[in-house]
Amino acid sequence: MKITINRDACIGAGRCLDAAPAVFDQSNDDGLVVLLNPNPGAAELARVRAAEDACPARAISVEE
Amino acid sequence: MNTTQATESMPGKDIDFPIPRSCPFHPPAEFKAVQRQPALARVKLWNGNEAWLVTRYEDFRAVLKDKRFSADTRQPNFPSPTPGILVARGHYRAFVSMDEPEHNTHRRMLSADFSRKRIDSMRPQLQAIVDELVDELLAKPRPVDFFKDFALPFPTRVICRMLGVPYDAHEFFQERAEIMMSTTSTVEEAVKAGKELIDEYLGDLIDEKARHPADDILSRLVNNHMLPGHISRGELLAMSRLLLAAGHETTANVTAMSVLTLLRHPEQLAELKDKPELIPGAIEELLRYLDPTQGGRRRVALEDVEISGQLIRAGEAVVALNHVANRDELNFEDPDRFEIHRNVEHHVAFGDGIHQCLGQDLARAELEIVLGTLFRRIPTLRLAVPPEEVEFNDERVVYSLRALPIDW
Repeated sequence: MKITINRDACIGAGRCLDAAPAVFDQSNDDGLVVLLNPNPGAAELARVRAAEDACPARAISVEE
Repeated sequence: MNTTQATESMPGKDIDFPIPRSCPFHPPAEFKAVQRQPALARVKLWNGNEAWLVTRYEDFRAVLKDKRFSADTRQPNFPSPTPGILVARGHYRAFVSMDEPEHNTHRRMLSADFSRKRIDSMRPQLQAIVDELVDELLAKPRPVDFFKDFALPFPTRVICRMLGVPYDAHEFFQERAEIMMSTTSTVEEAVKAGKELIDEYLGDLIDEKARHPADDILSRLVNNHMLPGHISRGELLAMSRLLLAAGHETTANVTAMSVLTLLRHPEQLAELKDKPELIPGAIEELLRYLDPTQGGRRRVALEDVEISGQLIRAGEAVVALNHVANRDELNFEDPDRFEIHRNVEHHVAFGDGIHQCLGQDLARAELEIVLGTLFRRIPTLRLAVPPEEVEFNDERVVYSLRALPIDW
């Protein structure tokens, strides 16, 4: 899968690292999203989709 | 011109909003029927204005995540919940009432301080505040009012610490904050306390933080944002007021009502005492079930938008009920049952969209520490009155306890 993040849209809510901690982190500087792995394995798909849905700012998009 | 099949006619009579509760633990039952009917209902508000009512979970999330709905209270026909809030949000304009891109610019000045990781690093300080408050409770003659003597002061002490209010000013701060936000203050008293606290006290503190920066939110806002000219002094004061007010009644009531709810479900309380690792999951269920912010999220459409087959025209108002959305049977099985093992994936007690609560991880950490500490230090904690005698206040945008008498 391919994950794109829109950092301009991100509000730093951190729901993504809740849902998929192996894929998303929060910057210590500004609290905004850090994409740890733009091409994780299929095992992460459910968690990544949950992160996409949970993101309040629609800053995450996932292509399978 | 009409390229959709959306309904345009007004479906029936307006509901006068808000509707009072008949049971303290559930939103008004009338909204269940509204939730099940396909068409969006219409409500009439305190000033006679009308709005579309959104009650379904999916529709709620769709509205709040859609930038075509504005949170700017200056928009014509904006459905402000009360006259007081209309005035306050106009006078002290903060990011809660801004749209993009202005909203993000302001919110980002705080996102690091409220990030999950930063809040996690604050847990020792939160624990110290909780222990302090429990010490004070234990020293009081019984029965004790848990709401007044623990739940209400708790969020103010936390925000004082985070903002960087000096310890010797905490009592002054607490007293003014209480008057400013109390249901029993007159408008004059609340406005006077607000001026003393925000304009005068915080105004002076801002100057102090410019002279002597410390490791706190006010110092960062002053030195990284106000002095370089990213925000004005007035905007900084408005932001501070928002931080104080936003987490106050909400946190106080979820804290106290969580204790009440667990006391009323003793088997589930026993499980939590026995297995503290269940607490985070229980907190998500408490947030879903209690969700006392009952005034609804308020928006105005900037363009025509279709929601649930209904065309909402540009300029029309929307009231979206998070607490009713949290009881949508399409998303939560047996939604009115309180069940700590429910494994809530995503409730909307913190809203959704760009205005989703900035303080949500602080709220979660606060609740975790309170529930983890309170029943451990006061294992025999119980209600001091029969449950039916616990009194509530339904008059405000945050459903509230009047008192919570406890003993042990």
